[in-house]
Amino acid sequence: MTITTPLDVERIKRDFAILSRDLDGKRLVFLDSAASSQKPESVLAAMDDMYRRHYANVHRGVYRIAEEATAAFEGARAKVARFVGAKSSAEIVFVRNATEAINLVAYSWARANLHAGDAIVLTHMEHHANVVPWQMLAAERDIEIRWIPLTPDYMLDLTKLDETLEGARLLSVSAMSNVLGTINPVRQMVDAAHAHDALALIDACQFVPHVRTDVTEWDADFVAFSAHKMCGPSGIGALWARRELLEAMPPFLGGGEMIRDVRLDGFTTNDVPWKFEAGTPPIVDAVGFGAAVDYLQCLGMDAVRDHEMRLTRYALDALTESFPDTLRIYGPRDVSVRGGAVSFLFDGIHAHDISQVLDEHGVCVRAGHHCAKPLMRQLGVPATSRASFYVYNDEADVDALVAALAMAEQFFAH
Amino acid sequence: MAGLEDLYREIILDHYRSPRNRGELPTPPAHKTEGFNPLCGDEVVVYLDVDPATDTVRDIKIAGQGCSISQASTSMMSGAVKGKTVDEARRLIRAFKALMSIHESKLEGEGDGADLAADLEGVRLGDLEALQGVVKFPVRIKCATLAWNTLQQGLDEIAE
Ligand SMILES: Cc1ncc(COP(=O)(O)O)c(C=O)c1O
Repeated sequence: MTITTPLDVERIKRDFAILSRDLDGKRLVFLDSAASSQKPESVLAAMDDMYRRHYANVHRGVYRIAEEATAAFEGARAKVARFVGAKSSAEIVFVRNATEAINLVAYSWARANLHAGDAIVLTHMEHHANVVPWQMLAAERDIEIRWIPLTPDYMLDLTKLDETLEGARLLSVSAMSNVLGTINPVRQMVDAAHAHDALALIDACQFVPHVRTDVTEWDADFVAFSAHKMCGPSGIGALWARRELLEAMPPFLGGGEMIRDVRLDGFTTNDVPWKFEAGTPPIVDAVGFGAAVDYLQCLGMDAVRDHEMRLTRYALDALTESFPDTLRIYGPRDVSVRGGAVSFLFDGIHAHDISQVLDEHGVCVRAGHHCAKPLMRQLGVPATSRASFYVYNDEADVDALVAALAMAEQFFAH
Repeated sequence: MAGLEDLYREIILDHYRSPRNRGELPTPPAHKTEGFNPLCGDEVVVYLDVDPATDTVRDIKIAGQGCSISQASTSMMSGAVKGKTVDEARRLIRAFKALMSIHESKLEGEGDGADLAADLEGVRLGDLEALQGVVKFPVRIKCATLAWNTLQQGLDEIAE
């Protein structure tokens, strides 16, 4: 039995300097972590120390600080690998973000393996990052895209999953929706894909920061995520992929680092994962990524999930109780199948106007289509407001949200 | 710091709650143009009926959905250009963009602020000036200009 120590949010808040910012006398209430999270002191310090004491290019110099830099960079890779349950560090390719991870699969694996007439299966709740790369490929190669629809309670409708996967080569699905909060049954979908000889790519950009992740247990083929949503710096993310797949895939970008040998008449590629890391990598960002993983591991991912389930339930209850007739929530009600991204709309008040009034009260929420326009069309709304929670949010933040929403509603009342 | 009252003036909220000239016109003779704000999903549809004999905006109807700023701006735009000649409508577009601190002639390097001032001499924005507060909220400028860009596109398409 594992015992999880509940998060001490008051202490955690102090790890994030930005949260003590005063906005014209108002406390910063940051409820947009689904877009990007804030960074704790430990991450900032690790990056600062890297620049001040250990900085040099990696994998090249024989001098001492170059070795230190390489060890820190590769050490970060090992931390990220362990954090998501990878069998080896070689399965973690550092990329710029989840978007680049998905594009890497689309350019390397898919362009080497998919041909006219092949099919890819996506869902109606995908982020543009997991839609557009496939549409680009589909237009180039005459590939069919099939869509898994939603149920009325904002889950994936998997009743026709097997039919949809018939003859498909790839299933690409998010583990958690950035709009609805919905957590999808990844293992079940991966198994179904494999039963049809399709590979499975999991967009875990919203999942890895919030729920303990084990890519090996998922049995997936590719998993994409970004550091910036999990307390790490922007500019770095990871593609996890099964080693055999990475070894068989052609390189994506060409240049230094990704080669073993270059002659006038050609080149041979480096081992994985470096084969996919052309050019000088984001060295210090990788170190920050590693420190972010350390920070989350220190809190304990089970405690993080418990905290967010409790806070999300509190928020869903508070929103429905405070605005029973005028506010609509887009997403599942059961916190066991959802994360802490809560999308909502007021009757007759546009999401943008709500966010504007909230900003006046120091409350940061997102308004718009959240890079999921196909989903917004399915929901029949042009935009929603979205509040999202993370380790540094507490009930007081939700209360501040509700109070500000009440003022916004009053402001726009007819 | 700019306050909410700068942004949400009463007249803006009034146009938002009771938009003018809402509806559709049969196409043809009217011309339909759609404008989108990709950032936030605001959508404006402008139906323009331009009388070719007099080059006048005989009728205009608007549809679409969006935030209070985009919808109020659309409503005010429709009232401002209805019955005006196409030339007058184009000058209004330039005047409105100038109000939003968008100086296209300067951006494109043709002419300077003085030309613009001369060009806009005597253009009356009236109620539209209530939208000036938007300038203090840079992300909302796109909301306010959406209707005007759509109008401009519509007039260009008709001229073609
Ligand atoms: C579900 C999902 N997928 C992909 C992305 C893209 O992430 P990034 O912008 O870091 O590449 C996001 C970020 O908003 C997301 O929420």
